[in-house]
Amino acid sequence: MSTSTQQQNKKDEAKSQVEVSGIPQHMLRQTEANITSMPELQCVRHYTRLSQKNFSIDTNTYPLGSCTMKYNPKVAHLIATMPGYSQSHPYRNINNCQGLLQSLYELQDYISDITGMDHTSLTPMAGAQGEFIGITMIKEFHAKNGDHHRNEMLVPDAAHGTNPASAVQCGYTVIEIPTNKDGDINLEILREKVGPNTAGIMLTNPSTLGVFERSITEIADIIHTAGGLLYYDGANLNALLGKYRPGDMGFDVIHLNLHKTFATPHGGGGPGAGPIATTKQLKDFLPNPLVAHSDNGYYFTTTIDRPTSSSRCGAFMGNIGVLLRAYAYIRLLGRTGMQRVSEYATLNANYLMHNLRKIGYTVAFDNRRASHEFIITMQPLTKKFAVTATDIAKRLLDYNIHAPTVYFPLLIDECLLIEPTETESLQECDELLRVMQLIYNEITTNPEIVKCSPHNLAISRVDEVMAAKSMQIKG
Amino acid sequence: MPFIPHSQEDKKTMLASIGVKNIEELFDEIPATLKEMDINILPEQISEQELVRLMTQRQPSSNDLCFIGAGAYSHYIPAAVWELTRRGEFYTAYTPYQAEASQGGLQVIYEFQTAIAELMAMEASNASLYDGATALAEAIFMAVRVHRSKKTQIIIPGNIHPKYLEVIKTALKYQNIQLNNISYEKNTGKIDLNSYKQALSSNTAAVVIAQPNFFGSIEDTDQLVNLAHDNNSLVIAQVNPIAMSLIQPPGLWGNNGADISCGEGQPLGIPLAMGGPYFGFMCTKMKHIRQMPGRIVGKTKDNKGTNCYTLTLQTREQHIRRAKATSNICTNQGLMVTAATIFMTLLGTKGMLNIAKQSHANALTLQQELCSIPNTRLVFDAPFFNEFVLEFNSKTNILDALQDFNIQGGFDLSNTHIDFPNNTILICATEQNISTDITRYQQAITSILQRETA
Amino acid sequence: MANSTSELKFTKSHEWLAANNNTVTVGISQHAQGLLGDIVFVDLPSINDTIAKGDEIAVLESVKTAADVYAPVSGTIVEVNTNLESQPELINQAPEDGGWIFRIEISDTAELTTLMSFDQYQQTISEE
Repeated sequence: MSTSTQQQNKKDEAKSQVEVSGIPQHMLRQTEANITSMPELQCVRHYTRLSQKNFSIDTNTYPLGSCTMKYNPKVAHLIATMPGYSQSHPYRNINNCQGLLQSLYELQDYISDITGMDHTSLTPMAGAQGEFIGITMIKEFHAKNGDHHRNEMLVPDAAHGTNPASAVQCGYTVIEIPTNKDGDINLEILREKVGPNTAGIMLTNPSTLGVFERSITEIADIIHTAGGLLYYDGANLNALLGKYRPGDMGFDVIHLNLHKTFATPHGGGGPGAGPIATTKQLKDFLPNPLVAHSDNGYYFTTTIDRPTSSSRCGAFMGNIGVLLRAYAYIRLLGRTGMQRVSEYATLNANYLMHNLRKIGYTVAFDNRRASHEFIITMQPLTKKFAVTATDIAKRLLDYNIHAPTVYFPLLIDECLLIEPTETESLQECDELLRVMQLIYNEITTNPEIVKCSPHNLAISRVDEVMAAKSMQIKG
Repeated sequence: MPFIPHSQEDKKTMLASIGVKNIEELFDEIPATLKEMDINILPEQISEQELVRLMTQRQPSSNDLCFIGAGAYSHYIPAAVWELTRRGEFYTAYTPYQAEASQGGLQVIYEFQTAIAELMAMEASNASLYDGATALAEAIFMAVRVHRSKKTQIIIPGNIHPKYLEVIKTALKYQNIQLNNISYEKNTGKIDLNSYKQALSSNTAAVVIAQPNFFGSIEDTDQLVNLAHDNNSLVIAQVNPIAMSLIQPPGLWGNNGADISCGEGQPLGIPLAMGGPYFGFMCTKMKHIRQMPGRIVGKTKDNKGTNCYTLTLQTREQHIRRAKATSNICTNQGLMVTAATIFMTLLGTKGMLNIAKQSHANALTLQQELCSIPNTRLVFDAPFFNEFVLEFNSKTNILDALQDFNIQGGFDLSNTHIDFPNNTILICATEQNISTDITRYQQAITSILQRETA
Repeated sequence: MANSTSELKFTKSHEWLAANNNTVTVGISQHAQGLLGDIVFVDLPSINDTIAKGDEIAVLESVKTAADVYAPVSGTIVEVNTNLESQPELINQAPEDGGWIFRIEISDTAELTTLMSFDQYQQTISEE
């Protein structure tokens, strides 16, 4: 801001120190905030241009493994922003909101149905929060049974970072279980580590490695026999949606990521919603409010209705705007549509895996089916040409395709975790393959062009070290 | 098949390429003992047209007057805010982990961090948390971390949002952190100074001060902050961001300012939406930045020297630190932050100050009009921002009766606080409650109370 | 204060230790700093902290990772390398010299015998 503007502001400041009736002077803000503002047209141009610098599902193929970047239906947004929904205060009289509560009640039931569980709570505001609540429920369950010594939570070494973080927040000691070369959990070591102190195990199925946990029935057996419970991280539910249910696999409590499996928008980092569902034995510990139904209609439960539940996720009733979008999506898919999701997500993933292997990329689990996602490792190419997974990720951007997930899961070196989702067409899959072929050729004949990418974007490789050291986080 | 673009031909081509006969073969690793599911409850699909019809019918009515606050506020949102925010490039983008592909989103977050820190008069901000309640819980964790867990007690006044307290207790359930509840003054609703002074101990990691507090009263923060700092305790400010345009912001409290400020960002351009999605904000001093949870965007240069933005300080977060992360937060509220940034840019300092002034003025007028009616009593004698508590001497349930006038009158405190009788109502006004709305409310109350005496 | 690598003792977790009577200086190895990449921040322990062998004492942050530095022996922290506050890159540039991290007054000299020589350490990292 120029100095003459600053001087003008100071004069305005003096004028704005007018007494506000009802509030003593000394309580009023004494110095104006310096918040940049723009007239409307300039503001519209500024943010429109900024948006155009982004990759997004609406503009690019986005095969980000473990994130399920599927198409977000526009009608979901239309519905969620209808004035009746968007202008309602959370504390308005629920007699006026029966239709909305009915939709939420149905959503609870649909989620229970789809996942094979008995009861669902819609209030967690993200997967990680759902996880935290789910783990506290396991803890409360064991406490109710007097099993206070059960203080160990088993987590596979391939797990997403939120899993051990959530377990630790609940006061558990995390015991890591290694994964075998073919992608299944090491059952022998699992049996060793399971014991009287086991509270439970946290699993994703398919796992973060993109393959189905084939011994899931044995794992469930081992844990249940030892008196523990199974927690399901629903991040990868898209692989099984409409075909198989975590409840049938033996899971006791699960969370879903509506912003993944149920097509609600990622919004550049949220909002999400992470509903949790449980079997009957944990129902009393689900956080309030649930949506319940009586002769008087639908209502939100409180601790008075459900005194055994002391947990609360947020100040209000959850991310209703997100829940409505998920409801819309589920109704549009319906029973049969749901099945098609996992079928075509799996078809797209296997098609890509098979053809990337033909091009010459190394598939991490070569003798396994892809689930809805799969891993390729750059390790052989990195050894030969010093080209890393980061380099491939950046080069893809030059070809207008968003990078897959890189360096996750931690178990596979130089990995790319690729998840096309079911909403990418055959043509778009072929385009991805065409580009990966081009990049492969570049790696083997002209690696520099890949190592120094991106070349075609507004900026080139970002200096993250400088960002961390200079820490300029405010303008 | 909604949203699945494959034709039968496409499917055949792909299956042939993979070398399988049908899609079922791709699921052949799944143990045979696991049955394919029967969907029992979910109905068959409906068309988009049918869905829109259904959801239109199910909408709550939208012609009531709203005088409810209690943590969510009905401010006017300029049309441009969501026209821009719902652009597909913002709406359907992912977390900006690939900086080169997300400069738009990253710059928006950087602008947000800048604006909100300015509003709070503080040095640094993160890119958002889930909501105001969880932001307060995270602030408490952060304060304990700053003291390296050597101090574990938090002073919490009885005048914070009751649901925030429930959320905090949930988050703290298995942590070695103790909540020390202190009382508020019965006649002002503000923190009881003696209670506060007595509670400060060598084990106090932090004090929480809500401003305005849940009852709407404005606290005398300077004294509270200086006392806390003299005791080597941190100050966590939980504030309404719009109010901070008008009343003293946390960074300027006392001699050294609050250490952490947090709160609910919903007033900044986020629709009421029946309670969510909203977003929580958190600001702090640079010296505590490494203990702050959530994403942070930093400014840097690319390898050609062009200015650009990137996520930074990620080593605190779950995807790297895992079990030792400062929080388990992953997704946050990116879209809401985009809307809030555009809101703040459109309105600027002056625009937000106007909203604050008008909200206060309307609330003051409403309070005075309502208190001129017999059998109403202003419960707390203290300056307020845009909310106040009235007790109605009536056998009728006032809020229910107001519904007949299409008025959402407020939040009944007797539902959440056992020490308040029925009809003790927290009433709010914003710049949207114009004089005709206020007159309607006043006339409705007059009518309801007159009916009783008749 | 130049340390000759051959005089240093090492741990499996990549710390080195230089003994000087009852005080030892601790840092991380050349190999370790290469694994971490550019160090951007060092979270140093507090002076007078009592520590046990194996405790997490310091945290080294690079852009992509945060690594714990463990106490190779038990004792009391008597000094920390405050240069690392403004120049964390010293650990990358001179990990076994100017990039030292903290000094311990040891409480149990017997613990020194549990550490590896440089050759033994080289052996373990080549097996990784």
